[in-house]
Amino acid sequence: MKIIVCVKQVPDAKDVRLDPVTNTLARDGVQSIMNPYDRHALEEAVRLKEEHGGSVTVLSMGPPQTETTLREAIACGADEAVLVSDRAFAGADTWATTYTLAKAIEKVGGCDLVLCGKQAIDGDTAQVGPGLAERLDIPYITCVRKVTDCESGLIRVERLMDDGYDEVELPLPALLTVVKEINEPRIASLKGKMRSKKAEVLMLTASEIGADPAAVGLKGSTTQVVRVFSPEARGDREILTGSVDEQVAHLMSRLEKIL
Amino acid sequence: MLRIDSETCIGCGLCEQNCAFGAITVVDGCAQVADNCTLCGSCVDACEVGALSIEREDREKSADFGDWSGVWVFAEFRRGRLAPVAYELLGIGRQLADKRGAELSAVLVGNELGEAPQQLVGSGADRVYAADDQALADFTDDVYGNVLADLIREYKPEVVLAGATAIGRSFIPRVATMLGTGLTADCTELDIRAEDGALLQTRPAFGGNIMATIVCPHTRPQMATVRPLVMKPNVYDADRAGEIITVTPSKERLTSRVKVLRSVTEKSDQLNITEAVVVGAGGRGMGSEKGFALVHELAEALGGAVAASRAAVDSGWIPYPHQVGQTGKTVCPKLYITCGISGAIQHVVGMNSSDTIIAINKDPEAPIFNVATYGIVGDLFEVLPKLIEKIREKRD
Ligand SMILES: Cc1cc2nc3c(=O)[nH]c(=O)nc-3n(C[C@H](O)[C@H](O)[C@H](O)COP(=O)(O)OP(=O)(O)OC[C@H]3O[C@@H](n4cnc5c(N)ncnc54)[C@H](O)[C@@H]3O)c2cc1C
Ligand SMILES: Nc1ncnc2c1ncn2[C@@H]1O[C@H](COP(=O)(O)O)[C@@H](O)[C@H]1O
Repeated sequence: MKIIVCVKQVPDAKDVRLDPVTNTLARDGVQSIMNPYDRHALEEAVRLKEEHGGSVTVLSMGPPQTETTLREAIACGADEAVLVSDRAFAGADTWATTYTLAKAIEKVGGCDLVLCGKQAIDGDTAQVGPGLAERLDIPYITCVRKVTDCESGLIRVERLMDDGYDEVELPLPALLTVVKEINEPRIASLKGKMRSKKAEVLMLTASEIGADPAAVGLKGSTTQVVRVFSPEARGDREILTGSVDEQVAHLMSRLEKIL
Repeated sequence: MLRIDSETCIGCGLCEQNCAFGAITVVDGCAQVADNCTLCGSCVDACEVGALSIEREDREKSADFGDWSGVWVFAEFRRGRLAPVAYELLGIGRQLADKRGAELSAVLVGNELGEAPQQLVGSGADRVYAADDQALADFTDDVYGNVLADLIREYKPEVVLAGATAIGRSFIPRVATMLGTGLTADCTELDIRAEDGALLQTRPAFGGNIMATIVCPHTRPQMATVRPLVMKPNVYDADRAGEIITVTPSKERLTSRVKVLRSVTEKSDQLNITEAVVVGAGGRGMGSEKGFALVHELAEALGGAVAASRAAVDSGWIPYPHQVGQTGKTVCPKLYITCGISGAIQHVVGMNSSDTIIAINKDPEAPIFNVATYGIVGDLFEVLPKLIEKIREKRD
C-alpha cells in the first residue's frame, strides 16, 4: 500500500499571541513545528505500513525551510519526502493549495491512501483534506479517530461526529483526515534520526509538477484577505476576594443575569 | 508579492512584530521579507508610514455575477431534529438577505423530515428546498455534497452558509471545490460590503489570536461555514408564510462511495459541548477521576455540558470528545467555568471567545486568570461544593 501523508509546517501556537499591552503580535522567535494533527496522520501511516506493508511518503507545500519538518517526519518513520516549493505558491488559499497538492500527488504517481491532519493550527480551516480528495476524485472521511480494518481494497474507520461517532467503510484509493485521539505518535528513534540526516528530500517547483501558473499561489486563490486585526479585548476582569463563602456569594451575584 | 518601499520604510520594526509567520526582519533600517510570507496583509495594516503593499496581478475583470442572487443556508438535520445552528444561520441569513434585497432559502437534506420545513419557514426562510430520502438518513460527504452542489448549480444563490459543525466542516469544502469557488471556514462575523455587495467574512485565525476578514472576489457563490452559538436566531413566527419545494435527486446522485455501517451516539456525549450554552471544564487540578465527578455535578447543576483540558483527557478521567483546545474542540458558550485548569495557550484558544469565563484555581499566578472574567483563587475542593449548592438552590 502506498500512503502519502500531507504535512504542513506551522508557527507554534504558543509563540503567536497578542501582547495585551502593545496590542501587537508577540512572537519572540516563533518556532516552526510540524502541524500537531499531521504527526498523528504520519503515525497512523507508519502503523498501517508496518501492518500491511508498503511505503509512506510525506508531502508538503511550503517554503524551503519546510525541509526540516520533512526530515523530522523521516526520522519518525516516513520513507520518502517531497517538498513542492516555489515563490509562485505564496499566498495560496485552500483552493490553490489543494490544486498544488493534487498536482504533486499525480506527479509522484498517485497512491492508495492519502492521510491529512484534521486541520492546520495556523489557519484552522480543515478544508484542505476534503478539497484535495475532490480534486483527486476519491472518497474521503474527516475526523477519523480509529482505523479498524484495511483489507482487499476497503478501509473501515470510525469518524468523530458532534454527537458520537459513525463507523464507515470506503474503497481505496481514499483520503482520511485524522484527529489526535487516533494514536500516540512515537518519538524519533536514533536510527530514524540517522536516516533522516542522509535522506534526500525531493524538491519540486511549480513547473516540475506541471502546475498552471494562474492556478497557484495568491493568483490562483478564490479568497482574499482584506483585513487582519486584533480581536476585541475582553472587558474588565475581576479576581474575587474574601472567604470561600464570600467569594461564592460574589460570584453568584455576578452570575445573576446569566443563570 | 509583498512590496517594500525602501525609501518610505523607516525600519521601525512594527511589521516584524506583527508578522505571525516570522517572515519579516528589519535589516539595516529596512524591512526584508522572506520566502515564508503568506501575503496575509497584517504588516501592511501595521505599517504606519505606508511603506508596504501587496501587489496583486489583477485577474481579468470579474465575471458578471448578475445571474446569482439570494442567500442560502444549509439546515443541518440529524436524528430527527434540526441542529440549533440552522436557526442561527437563518438569523444572520435574514439580515444579509435583507441588506441585499434578496430572498432567504434553506436547504434541508435528510430522511423523515417531519415538521422541519415549516420550522425553517417560521424561523425566517422564504423558501425551503427539502430533499427527503432514505439514502439521506445517514450523513455521507458524497451524497450530501452532490445534492447541495446540484441545487446551487441550478438556482445560483449568491451566498451559501452552513454551520461549522462536524458535518458542515466535512462536506462543505467538497461542495466549494466541486463548484470551483472560495470558502471561508468558521466565521464569527458576516456582513455585506456597501460598495459592491460582497460578503465580508470574518474569522479568527491562530486560535483566535488574530481576526481576518476575507472576501471571495472572482467566483460565486460566496461560501462560509459559521461557528455555532455566535449568531442570533430570529424570533419564531408560526404564521410566517414560505414556499416549500420538494427536491428529488436522481438515484445516481444518491449513491455514495462511502457506506455508513453504524451510527453511535455516545452516552457521555449526549450534550454536545460545542452546542452547549453553559460549560463546566475540569483539568489536572481535579486530581483524579473521582475528583473529576465534581465537574459533572457542576455541569448538571447548571444544565450544561462537561469539558476538559488535555491533561484531564490524557489522565483518562473523561473521553477525548470533551477536550477543548488546539487539538480538541472550540467552544464559545455564554458561560465557561474552568476548575483546576492552568490556562495553557493550547487550552485557551479553544474557549477564549466564550461570553463569560470563570476560573477557579489555587495558583494566583495561573495564566487562566488573564482570560477569566471572574477569578476565584482557592482550593476547588472547597469552592466547588459550595458553588454547586448555591447554584442548585437558585435553580430550584
Ligand atoms: C501540540 C499541543 C497541543 C495541545 N492541545 C491541547 C488541547 O487541545 N487542549 C488542552 O487543554 N491542552 C492542550 N495541550 C496541553 C497544554 O499545553 C497543557 O499541558 C494542558 O492544557 C494543561 O492542562 P491542565 O490545565 O488541566 O493541567 P495543568 O497545567 O497541570 O494545570 C493544573 C492546574 O490546576 C491547579 N490546581 C491543582 N490543584 C488544585 C486545587 N485543589 N484547587 C484549585 N486549583 C488546583 C493548578 O494550580 C494548575 O494551575 C496541548 C499541548 C501541545 C504541545
Ligand atoms: N501546505 C500544505 N502542505 C501539505 N499539507 C497541507 C498543507 N496545508 C494543509 N495541509 C494538510 O491539510 C490538513 C488540513 O489543513 P487546513 O485545511 O489548512 O486546516 C493539514 O493537517 C495537512 O495535512
